[in-house]
Amino acid sequence: MTAALLTLADSRLPAGGHTHSGGVEQAIAAGHVHDPASLAAFLLRRLTTAGAVTAGLAAAATTRSSSGRHRGHVPSPGARSPAGSSSGEPPAPASSELVAALRHLDGEADARTPSPALRAASRQQGRGLVRVGRRAWPSPVWDALPAAPHHPVALGVAAAAGGLTPRDAAAAAAYLSVSGPATAAQRLLALDPLTVAAVTARLAPAIDAVADDALRDGLPADTDPLLDLLAEVHATRGDRFFAS
Amino acid sequence: MPPDHNLADYVDAPTAHRHGGPLRVGLGGPVGSGKTALAAALCRTLGAEYDLAVVTNDIYTTEDADFLRRNAVLPDDRIEAVQTGCCPHTAIRDDITANLDAVELLEARHPGLELVFVESGGDNLTASFSYGLVDVQVFVVDVAGGDKVPRKGGPGVTASDLLVVNKTDLAPLVGADLDVMRRDSATVRGDRPTLLISLREDPAATEVAAWVREQVRVRRLQQG
Repeated sequence: MTAALLTLADSRLPAGGHTHSGGVEQAIAAGHVHDPASLAAFLLRRLTTAGAVTAGLAAAATTRSSSGRHRGHVPSPGARSPAGSSSGEPPAPASSELVAALRHLDGEADARTPSPALRAASRQQGRGLVRVGRRAWPSPVWDALPAAPHHPVALGVAAAAGGLTPRDAAAAAAYLSVSGPATAAQRLLALDPLTVAAVTARLAPAIDAVADDALRDGLPADTDPLLDLLAEVHATRGDRFFAS
Repeated sequence: MPPDHNLADYVDAPTAHRHGGPLRVGLGGPVGSGKTALAAALCRTLGAEYDLAVVTNDIYTTEDADFLRRNAVLPDDRIEAVQTGCCPHTAIRDDITANLDAVELLEARHPGLELVFVESGGDNLTASFSYGLVDVQVFVVDVAGGDKVPRKGGPGVTASDLLVVNKTDLAPLVGADLDVMRRDSATVRGDRPTLLISLREDPAATEVAAWVREQVRVRRLQQG
């Protein structure tokens, strides 16, 4: 792990995440989430389904983006270059193989996201992450992505560009699958922020387990019809605070 | 700083202009001060002169966007509303992603766009726009909020490129002293301009529109 992971998973990274509730706004409207215990249940459920899928996709995207000569080029302040950077050589352009590999992963994300509203939300957040990631960690691998990739695919590329490992990318994806919704619930229900921080902190072992599983062969394909339905109902509302 | 570190590795080289697109004007201010009414007035007055569009940041609904559409100030495809996740000031300052998406969508849809107004959701006196999102910003307060508002300050009042004090027609009704507001504004704002207006008496927002025209002119000069 390097400190780049802390930046990537920081809720203050300006990638647009704060305008998405991960379904928690509609879960509150429907009465499923109303207190810290029901929030914890929702987050655990989200982590082990949507979180597991995004962790798998992010890890795979990092693996593809880091392989061979397309290993992420890490900007190197000062004379000391971090290991793995191609110091002195111009960064290689994104290969057509990498373009195809990332496009394939993007399609896998589509296939695992039956809700059109969630597909749109994921691509919106992917676009936001690409915008800030390109600035933070310049690398030719960004050029291999479509204009608005699914968020976990963009996250995997960001991890590679930042010199992180697939396990790091999976951990970031798993953590982000609960940290955003936790904050959204805190705002919407005016919960005690210390209580919500404790819920999120105690999910750490479960987040680690999801990140470990993400490295196994084959992409996870867990689904949660409730999250899909909540997202579809939410998208039809005219009175919402959050984009999803 | 350690001798082997170079600041240029940390900071992107500054460019003369962030982008070659339209002038982006932020309209911020507390709830009810008249941001949407001002946006509508500016669209009516400037719509025939410039290729323009508006982004709204409603707190809860699409009410402001609907207001602009209802009043047929602009065609539907020139108005974009963004959700701000319960945090209107975050969306215009700390994480401007949703607003950048909306501006870029409008730019792509209307390649000749010259002017974009980004109207914030009603917030408090500390809310201000990031200059990563807008080129200049207008902060709108109103007389009915009390004549002590300029003295209280806050980033919107002190640092905005233009301070608009709206609803001067209400001053005698609410016991507000316009001279006090004018004097306090000058004290906290230094050389930055302040306009005291009444959109009820001047629905064209003549003076504010003239200020916007000047900003467009200056930007064109800077762009060469």
